[in-house]
Amino acid sequence: MSTIKTVGVAGSGTMGSGIAIVAARAGFRTIVYDVSQPSLDRARKQTEGFFAKSVERKKLTQAQVDTILGNLSSTTDIATMAQCDIVIEAVFENLKVKHELLAKLDAVCPPETLFASNTSTLSITEIAAGSGRDERVIGMHFCLPAQLMKLVEMSPGLRTSDEAFQAAWDLCKAMGQIPVKTKDNPGFILNYFLIPFNNDAIRMVEAGLAEPAEIDRAIKTGLGYAMGPLELLDLVGLDTHLLVAEALYAGTHEPRNQVPALVKRMIAAGHLGRKTGQGFYKYSGNAMFGG
Amino acid sequence: MSYKILSLGDSASFPGAHPLLDKAERDGDVALVLGNRVPEALERLGKRDGYRAVVVELDMECLGVYTGESRGEEGSNMLGFARFRLGSDPASNLIELVRQPATPQAAIDAARRVFESAGLQVAVCKDVPGRILNRLIRPYYNAALRRLDEGLASAADMDITLKLGLGYPEGPIGLLERTGLDRHYDVTQTLWEAYGDPGYVPARRAQIAKQRALVEAQVQAWTERDDEIADD
Ligand SMILES: NC(=O)c1ccc[n+]([C@@H]2O[C@H](COP(=O)([O-])OP(=O)(O)OC[C@H]3O[C@@H](n4cnc5c(N)ncnc54)[C@H](O)[C@@H]3O)[C@@H](O)[C@H]2O)c1
Repeated sequence: MSTIKTVGVAGSGTMGSGIAIVAARAGFRTIVYDVSQPSLDRARKQTEGFFAKSVERKKLTQAQVDTILGNLSSTTDIATMAQCDIVIEAVFENLKVKHELLAKLDAVCPPETLFASNTSTLSITEIAAGSGRDERVIGMHFCLPAQLMKLVEMSPGLRTSDEAFQAAWDLCKAMGQIPVKTKDNPGFILNYFLIPFNNDAIRMVEAGLAEPAEIDRAIKTGLGYAMGPLELLDLVGLDTHLLVAEALYAGTHEPRNQVPALVKRMIAAGHLGRKTGQGFYKYSGNAMFGG
Repeated sequence: MSYKILSLGDSASFPGAHPLLDKAERDGDVALVLGNRVPEALERLGKRDGYRAVVVELDMECLGVYTGESRGEEGSNMLGFARFRLGSDPASNLIELVRQPATPQAAIDAARRVFESAGLQVAVCKDVPGRILNRLIRPYYNAALRRLDEGLASAADMDITLKLGLGYPEGPIGLLERTGLDRHYDVTQTLWEAYGDPGYVPARRAQIAKQRALVEAQVQAWTERDDEIADD
């Protein structure tokens, strides 16, 4: 049972808009805050599109969607967030930006309001340190796309109270998600294991040990994974991989997290993956070549 | 593509019935050498030039052990292969096909076609310890075991995170305990010796499992000896 009634989401980009869908769909009054009105407008349009599909696929009725969308509002005025029992932040992955945001929220929100961070690579304790209420800050790492993926990695910071963590955990469940508890460690569980594995696969290509398609086939056939590491990297984008891997390396200094030189060369060449038509594979429309 | 099979000793890749074994002929364009007595089998096979490819079964060793290597220019119609298996799991459908720098493409294609004709999937790689899969996954398994000891999360939470978050069919801890931590030890210890890369150092839990397996084998031997003495 969650005592939370109103969920705030700060940041209406890729993750924030997905998290807002999760909260609103579960029946919570949801307020999305962003500094950028165009971003809020884009998110609203995508959200309406998402729910229209849910109606088309008969997962929800039009009446249900009307209620959900009625519960979901947006604002560029941070003072509105005073109504929230929890604010989940999904703004840029930058400690300074997150500190500035949380300090402002601390000034407008009641002292009980929980702050959660969707950070992928920053420390929850460090984020909490700039919040003015570090015992009420929790890590809540949703997976992309948040509106479809159930998993949420939840981490207490060093000073997070048990009561705050439990309240966020209960909310996560009430939103229909599956929470797992991890320490406040760089990359939590997912990225901590995924990034070095992907780097090793890239190093294998770099060293000419096997072609990308051979490596992906080995992984899929031998281990039953749905996707090989190089296909996955093309989907995620090598620029995104570089950002996450560099942050993880900065936080761990573990050699496997260090980005192979090939990644920077590929980025310089415009080979970012699917979105530029070429990464480890070549793409044309939805078709993949070299697989 | 016709192929013959020469089998000598135990084959880890094809220990039981398989379409690959059924479809072999008395003679063929490709020779498959199965079993763990490769040098002897190659001796029996005799002249190798006549085949499009001669494909020998490998365990953890490299192909170069049988072909010799020189100047990075090695490569002939002889290839290596291993069917991937994880610990005590049955062998998978994956064949890792090992080539050398100068292996002719025609030989690779011929070998590939033989395996594919029996419904297997083939991944071609160079002649390195651990080939593709063991080289990639063992550091991940060691890291998972180490992080479990360090309390990153419970075993159940780690496994469910990797399953739900990445779509893996099984989490690392469940998988290693099911297929044998001691077997993980054997593979990763070999790779640690080959590469000197700390990622391959067997994690504490794997070391313990290996030592325990040795202790159990010793106890078993004593019990059998005592039984024999009692029988006498
Ligand atoms: N994209 C992913 O795959 C992914 C997955 C899990 C977690 N994350 C994490 O989620 C967070 C957001 O990532 P994203 O990919 O959605 O980013 P994004 O760039 O798509 O969106 C960020 C949004 O935050 C807004 N914003 C920036 N500063 C703000 C401020 N001070 N106040 C209010 N709004 C502000 C921007 O206008 C933008 O709309 C990051 O911490 C990231 O590490 C991302």
